[in-house]
Amino acid sequence: MSNWLMAGLLFTPLALATTSLLLNFRQGRALAWLGMVLQLLVSVGLWGLVKQEGGFYYSLAGWDAPLGIELRVDGLAVTFLLLTTLVASGCGIHAGIYLKPDKPWQRYFWPLYWFLWAGLNTVWIGGDLFNLYVGLELISLAAVGLVALGGQAEALRAALRYLLAALLGSMVYLLGVALIYGQFGTLSLAEVAHQVRLMHQAELMRPALVLMLVGLALKTALFPLHGWLPPAHGIAKSPVSALLSALVVKASFYIAARIWLEAGEVVATQWMAQLIGALGAAAVIWGSWLAWCQPRLKQVVAYSSVAQIGYLFLLFPLTFGVDASTSLQAQQGITLQVISHALAKSAMFLAAGNLILAVGSNRVDALAGVSHFLPFSLFSFGLAGVSLMGLPPSGGFAAKWMLLQASMASGQWWWILVLVGGGLLSAAYVFHIYRASFLERDEKDHFYHPDRRLEVVAMLLAVASLGLGLAGSQVLSVMALPFEEVQ
Amino acid sequence: MTQLVLIPILALLSSMLAAVIIFALPEQRHRLRTGINLLAALIKVVLVGVMTWGVIHQLDYGLSYEILPGVSFELQADALAMMFAGLSAVLWLLTTIYAVGYLEDSPNRSRFFGFFSLCVASTMGIALAGNLFTFFLFYEMLTLSTYPLVVHRGTEKALQAGRNYIIYTLSGGAALLLGMIWLQGLAGDLSFQETGQLVDLNEELHPQLIMIFVLLVAGLGVKAALFPLHGWLPQAMVAPAPVSALLHAVAVVKAGAFGIVRVVYDLYGIEFATLLGVLEPLGWLAAFTIIYGSVRALAQTDLKRRLAFSTVSQVSYIVLGTAVFGPVGTVGGLVHLLHQGIMKITLFFCAGNYAETLGIHKIHELNGAGKRMPLTSTAFTLAAFGMIGVPPLAGFITKWTLGTGALNVQMEWVIGVLLISSLLNAAYFLPVIHRLWFQPEYDWSEQRRWGKLETHSWLLWPPLVTAVLTLLVGLFAALPLSPLSWAKLIAAREYLP
Repeated sequence: MSNWLMAGLLFTPLALATTSLLLNFRQGRALAWLGMVLQLLVSVGLWGLVKQEGGFYYSLAGWDAPLGIELRVDGLAVTFLLLTTLVASGCGIHAGIYLKPDKPWQRYFWPLYWFLWAGLNTVWIGGDLFNLYVGLELISLAAVGLVALGGQAEALRAALRYLLAALLGSMVYLLGVALIYGQFGTLSLAEVAHQVRLMHQAELMRPALVLMLVGLALKTALFPLHGWLPPAHGIAKSPVSALLSALVVKASFYIAARIWLEAGEVVATQWMAQLIGALGAAAVIWGSWLAWCQPRLKQVVAYSSVAQIGYLFLLFPLTFGVDASTSLQAQQGITLQVISHALAKSAMFLAAGNLILAVGSNRVDALAGVSHFLPFSLFSFGLAGVSLMGLPPSGGFAAKWMLLQASMASGQWWWILVLVGGGLLSAAYVFHIYRASFLERDEKDHFYHPDRRLEVVAMLLAVASLGLGLAGSQVLSVMALPFEEVQ
Repeated sequence: MTQLVLIPILALLSSMLAAVIIFALPEQRHRLRTGINLLAALIKVVLVGVMTWGVIHQLDYGLSYEILPGVSFELQADALAMMFAGLSAVLWLLTTIYAVGYLEDSPNRSRFFGFFSLCVASTMGIALAGNLFTFFLFYEMLTLSTYPLVVHRGTEKALQAGRNYIIYTLSGGAALLLGMIWLQGLAGDLSFQETGQLVDLNEELHPQLIMIFVLLVAGLGVKAALFPLHGWLPQAMVAPAPVSALLHAVAVVKAGAFGIVRVVYDLYGIEFATLLGVLEPLGWLAAFTIIYGSVRALAQTDLKRRLAFSTVSQVSYIVLGTAVFGPVGTVGGLVHLLHQGIMKITLFFCAGNYAETLGIHKIHELNGAGKRMPLTSTAFTLAAFGMIGVPPLAGFITKWTLGTGALNVQMEWVIGVLLISSLLNAAYFLPVIHRLWFQPEYDWSEQRRWGKLETHSWLLWPPLVTAVLTLLVGLFAALPLSPLSWAKLIAAREYLP
């Protein structure tokens, strides 16, 4: 059973990617519907399997570590696989309708889309550092290609900038990986963590850890390394922006978090943890402020990603030097934040795309009167905004509440101020947009009305981000599925 | 006993579902939308009635499930919850009728009624919330769902008011959240419980509990319009009249006051709060707000703004009653939760009628309106007399009980506050009444006519009903199920035996 599932998970996206290279946009789209259904079946199947038998290590093609590729399927990985299926399908469906098939370059969308998906799946279940690197590169290259899709000068410039940042990040990360390999002769994350704990002078590994974290932080666009993100996410086609903000930046963060949780406690120091947290806090403040200043709708959403990513990095101080239950609260909070941000941000980008399509301009002040004639898309945007502001009853609030609890329990009260203040700052830019859309000018419907299906996709994702707030415990129970440590 | 779980959920869902259906309806389906609105409102009144019956017979309505590790989503219907739920269910029905008439022929009705229903769903959630976390969920939902109503007209001025409203209320929400998380860290997830929950905590924690109390009350005080957090309320007057009625009488301001009552009685416990010494400063603040609101009301020339400052003043009676230790004071505060709602909603309905029928916004334009609109003006006069505290109307019962309660515990200064405030109330309401009945008719250039009646019938009935209620709750205060008796029932359960 597990063989089939793993093969389905890793090889179908790759196979679909290569096949769609040969097809035009319409054929690629038809194939993509099939692929999404397959991915749904496979990820739900894996969930069922892990639920029944517990998480497991899986050696690809029977080659064990340290030689072969080691995969780790646990509750957290399953959570993210399910999330990816949901969000990527939503974005894919939206893109299938949103992108006009007549442009010749559109046929490259599907190959890139599937390469991206393959990379994401690899990262969620990757068990060794090199394998994770391969997945990450696959994601980065596909993402850069997607940004460049369309080919205007501005898009190419943003894509190039993105490419350089991504490559630099990978190189720094790889340097750290090389140091690890030189020391231990293995790249299996579990094995490395085991060895590090046995070392007498674990702080010798600190340079390697710092290198890896810096590389990944650049790829995740942590302040002050976020400069590449807003242009790339702002200029890309809306469904692409949604994919990038919702999933791509999470992949590199996921790797950083796994490394930290395995080895951070012994290798890092308190001030390192606090510094990373402080950078996250700075991202929250700076990103929200810039989001508020943007005159263009998609730039607002893109800068909001910078701010929301900042919250993720509170994981580092809140899991360092604290007791197990507090650490667990922090991890649950961050997981919820990843999920709710993925859902809310994809909904928001898709809704923003619809609004721009309707208004015919990407300026915020062009939205006047939209609430009158296009309430549906605006409503999706608004619901997603609720989650981003961290107001109840949304997933964003659930995440914030868990992080507040963890900050309280660990006595790091300053993060409480960041969390609560950050919510108010994000309200500033979200309400900025509500305000623009509630303004009534003339009583005339001069809007283009986009395809209803585009609006429905955005709405479904927004409702999911909201519903997460009422089912937080249930979602977290997937993450907590047992894992059998058999080496 | 599934019905014990089902009925509170249905009470919440009835207006939540109504909201979803209304949002999905096309703009021009006015009749269907009105039908759904009224149906949902009626269902809610029935459900609340059933729960009230159950609470009298000591049934435990409620449910609880773990929403996140460490906290639960909890609904419960106790006597205090039913007081607020009953108020908002009945007044929502009337406000819905009024709003349908008021918004006839205006754009964006689908959006308006959708958020209107969401707003009432939130209020019901606030009433039924069984712990601080659940209360907070609905409290913030209320903020979000009222914003589109405040900015409904979409003018620059409305948007400005909406902006201020959001800045005030979200900051208040943030303060509340800080207090909540602090309390959660000290004491874990606490349900609201009659006589309070915190008395068993270690004595070393008392200074922290005082700080938490300050945070919670500051957060709730924004919506309750306690001085100096009241700034949003007069500005929000640009909203349509039914929204003002909703803000002032049914939902927002009441949610704040109700929250303070919950925190004092069912979280801290009145005896423990007195022990901590937090009630006396709260009482002084409330007293100051009462006087301050009345003085500001005197200076207003705009009718709705005068009413708004009067709300600032009147809501603090509830807080004052809460802060006065002793069962009689408690009764005075609680009963005003209902009385103020009934009287204030009458005044706002009437103000809306004047504006819609005669185009009146300024007070001097009211001259002689009594002859043109006798029924509306009678309702206005009754409610205004009630506010002043003329016996046997609702406001008199409040002031009498509050005064007696204060005397019982040797807080004579409260009597002074009540006297001054009543004089001020008279000073800003009597001239209005005088203008209505005894001045020559003003020349209303924008007036409209609706057949035989003085105004649209859907606009006329709701204020008449509430005006009659103002009289009845005063006259029959001693009967069972009157607001006064209900408040006594609550007070009897709040004090330690």
